[in-house]
Amino acid sequence: MSHLGYLIAGWGLVLGSISAYAASLLRRGRVISAQVSADRQRWMTTDESAAEDDA
Amino acid sequence: MPTTTVRQPEAPAIEPGSGTGSPKTRILGIACLVGVVVLFVFAFFLTEEDQVQGDVVRMIYVHVPVAIIEYFGFGIAAVGSVMVLWRGSMWWDTAAVAGAELGLLYSGLMIGTGVIWGRPTWNTWWEWGDARLMTSLMLFLVYLGYLAYRRTVPDAETRARRSAVIALVGIINVPIVNRSVEWWANQTLHQQSSLSDGRLEDLTLFTLAMGFVVFGMIFVWLLIHRFRFGWLERQAEMHGLEAALAERRAQRDADIDESLAHPGVSEGDDMRGGDDMGGSDDMAAGSGDVGEAADGAGQQSGDQA
Repeated sequence: MSHLGYLIAGWGLVLGSISAYAASLLRRGRVISAQVSADRQRWMTTDESAAEDDA
Repeated sequence: MPTTTVRQPEAPAIEPGSGTGSPKTRILGIACLVGVVVLFVFAFFLTEEDQVQGDVVRMIYVHVPVAIIEYFGFGIAAVGSVMVLWRGSMWWDTAAVAGAELGLLYSGLMIGTGVIWGRPTWNTWWEWGDARLMTSLMLFLVYLGYLAYRRTVPDAETRARRSAVIALVGIINVPIVNRSVEWWANQTLHQQSSLSDGRLEDLTLFTLAMGFVVFGMIFVWLLIHRFRFGWLERQAEMHGLEAALAERRAQRDADIDESLAHPGVSEGDDMRGGDDMGGSDDMAAGSGDVGEAADGAGQQSGDQA
């Protein structure tokens, strides 16, 4: 296969960068979600579960 | 600035501290991983090399999808910015930031893979006079500036409004980047659109379409997580502000109790207490009681004098 070094560099750049960004995002999300109470994580709750929590 | 309450997308409740994931995003994440493996197999083992470019054409399966999908990221940033300016929606501000950050990531990958692809194809890494390359770089820098600027403004609403203007200025560049190879065809090394000229066929076209699907799924997965992270970040910011206000109120109440318990305070201390009361009117419920107490303390101090 010709130009293998360029292919590895290009594909490696894309997959490596996305993987690193995703890992960073998950880690930061885990850290900050510990600082926010469950009732403030409204994007995670349905109306039904919110009503149950209130009850 | 008017604010609006927007009903958030529904998702199963999870425990705080467990991150920004949910069962659906985990399924999507697994699908992304499987998709990458399948795309890799198709790109490197099942498709043929190009008659002109040889094997380096296999870069097309990552370069073109990330180049097109970046526009969606900037598009989300633009729509969110319009909603911020129009409705004052902080929900849309969070979405705009998520879109801009992912657009920036994909834009950087598009430039990076383009540079790597250009060396064996054009015999150069970069051409400063190239219309496509320079407009792409400008787009990247504008949104890099957008994200950098947001870090300099502490007030959330001011930050949202001002950065929305930057995002809307930046989106003007998207059609310019996309059409640059046609508008300035004699000022670019870049080929015309690979999709519109109809030269891609069969398995190459299928694999390229698969690249769009896979990197599109990855984009959606990242967007969901980035939005949720931004949402949590904003909640933590507000929570920190409320905690600071509560601490300030507690300190103020302690000062009042102290002044009532010891009426013979100095004039300087009394003045300081008065300032605290004046500053608390707009931030504390029940500040009227505090004001009365402060007046009482001031009266006692005056009697002493």
